[in-house]
Amino acid sequence: MTQTMTMAKALNAGLRRALEADPKVLLAGEDIGKLGGVFRITEHLQRDFGEDRVVDSPLAESGIVGTSLGLALRGYRPVVEIQFDGFVWPAFDQIVSQVSRMRFRSLGRLSVPMVIRIPYGGAIGAIEHHSESPEAYFAHTPGLVVVSPSTPLDAYWMIQQAIASDDPVIFLEPKRRYHEKGEVDLSEPPLAMDAARVVLQGTDATILTYGPMVKTCVEAALAASGEGRSIEVVDLRSLSPLDDATIRASVEKTGRAIVVHEAVRTGGLGAEVAARLQEWCFYSLEAPVLRVTAYDMPYPPSRVEKNYLPDLDRILDAVDRSMAH
Amino acid sequence: MTTTENPDASETVVTPGGTTIVRSEEFIQLLTPEGERVEGESFSYAHDDATIAAALRHMILGRRFDTEATALQRKGQLGLWPPSLGQEAAQVGSGAAVRDLDEVFPSYREHSLALMRGVDPLDMLKTFRGTSMVDWDSRATRFHLYSFVIGTQALHATGYAMGLQRDGLVGNDDPDANGAVLVYFGDGATSQGDVNEALVFAASYQAPVVFFVQNNQWAISEPIELQSRIPLYRRAVGFGIPSLRVDGNDVLAVQAVTEWALDRARRGEGPTFIEAFTYRMGAHTTSDDPTKYRRREEEAVWRTKDPIERVRTHLLATGAIDQAWLDQVDAEADALGVRIREGVGQLPEPRLEDFWALTYAKLPPALAEQRDAYLAYEASFEEA
Repeated sequence: MTQTMTMAKALNAGLRRALEADPKVLLAGEDIGKLGGVFRITEHLQRDFGEDRVVDSPLAESGIVGTSLGLALRGYRPVVEIQFDGFVWPAFDQIVSQVSRMRFRSLGRLSVPMVIRIPYGGAIGAIEHHSESPEAYFAHTPGLVVVSPSTPLDAYWMIQQAIASDDPVIFLEPKRRYHEKGEVDLSEPPLAMDAARVVLQGTDATILTYGPMVKTCVEAALAASGEGRSIEVVDLRSLSPLDDATIRASVEKTGRAIVVHEAVRTGGLGAEVAARLQEWCFYSLEAPVLRVTAYDMPYPPSRVEKNYLPDLDRILDAVDRSMAH
Repeated sequence: MTTTENPDASETVVTPGGTTIVRSEEFIQLLTPEGERVEGESFSYAHDDATIAAALRHMILGRRFDTEATALQRKGQLGLWPPSLGQEAAQVGSGAAVRDLDEVFPSYREHSLALMRGVDPLDMLKTFRGTSMVDWDSRATRFHLYSFVIGTQALHATGYAMGLQRDGLVGNDDPDANGAVLVYFGDGATSQGDVNEALVFAASYQAPVVFFVQNNQWAISEPIELQSRIPLYRRAVGFGIPSLRVDGNDVLAVQAVTEWALDRARRGEGPTFIEAFTYRMGAHTTSDDPTKYRRREEEAVWRTKDPIERVRTHLLATGAIDQAWLDQVDAEADALGVRIREGVGQLPEPRLEDFWALTYAKLPPALAEQRDAYLAYEASFEEA
């Protein structure tokens, strides 16, 4: 049973299926009811499941997350929508000091099966605070699971897997990919939520990436193949925990690694992946692990975001630099 | 119930006796510091002397627990202790209003209430000795975990109350089928965004939650005037939440007001805000030195308003208790003290091994590797 749909529709369908499957699942967020969310991810869900299960929230992100934690303690499985990446910070304390460690501080007696959906990333011509990539802050926090789908197929299944998880999940949705279509097999999940996926096989170098950059990296790899280079692309999918085995196997095979993300460089996921790679496979590496990222400045005006974000040419340039060793 | 005709509707509420009260009733008191029963304009105490005696016992035991814990910290047995001295009536009076389907969300100073809820004092001391995280069963006791980030629990409580609404435990004809949530925080916490957001959410959804602020006048070294230029309880009115100020050192008034507020919540009439006007007789925590920021004269004034002494005076005067009764409670408190003093040194020392599995539902491979490396590293010393 395969359908072609956008990532936005796939998320909507995944949420609908989760709401149908478990009466304890409920959604909360700003404008998610009648409007269906500013990106329409929750369209018609309030109409079909009622105001008690698809809850329009006051404009207070800490309040949304904090009350959802209370609902989780009562046995609910809240799925929270943060309207934009740049608006998650008011909820940061609740996420980091409360949600992430409730299992730990209760000695395992309590759990917080909550999903925090965050549309993230740039390249949509938005104004300030609407194009952020906050994943490293959350991946740095023990107790949180951090994932990001890159395709409609993954979006459809990973949102359901996240809702079924007994750990809190930061669910990062690459908003620039919301309206791109893909095939979605509705019959069974193709992969566990914490598994990385080799999306393109290759032998010369590995590009490790996730979320909005997966498509860009695949395009770069295909372009490189025109120059006779065989590039492997790994979609990390789960940023915390990382699928160490898949990452390691790929780089031990190719001997070269390039990590690509939209987020700024310093202290980013790329730094963590690079550190792990040099610990695991120092003697398999033919070249230093390279990073292609945004630059270490706040997100700039959208007219220059194309120069700020990694793109096909910058990725190919990194491939060239890696291969030069 | 609130009326909705005028914009000040939230200021007007009807008590069980049918009296309309408005927020302008500044201070509800039913037992004076001298131990005299007084009738309030809107509230009266509905229970017999045996109930008051039970509250007195809880206050005496709570104070002993707190005093012992403070002493244990001074002896180096605890890393830290936040004393609750002087706040026993606020805690015991409100705690006495809790019924079977209600839930309590404390801050971190509700020690008297913890005992009432059946938390083992030694379990509580584990947190402050550093031998464990928060080691009591919040489901069994319906006394949730202490929360050390100020005000965060106000949102958890409100969300939990939203859950009670969805579970059909609010507004049923059978009062025994209804529950509500009682959440505690201090005067300092009222400046926190989370507390204010909790008031917004609770009002918007008419959640069955009672906000109970123990205004003990001091947030560490900062006086209440730094948090609010108006009486705290008046703030909640601006959120559309009925609000009252009660003598927090009067266990009768606190119980009466909290019973009424919880009843409203259980009936589906929405949140209430209670300001219990009390005083932190001790330090904020044992790391603090109140002589640096407040005057001893102020403490002396509040000492005359002691929450326990007035009940003792009153019950002795009515003959509801006698010296033998008091001696018996003191003996019980002595036994509690012995148990705490002997038990604290026996609390098992934690090992890091106990904690690896508590971060996620299932141990991620990378964390398992860190654990194994740690164990191997530790074992390398044993072999040597």
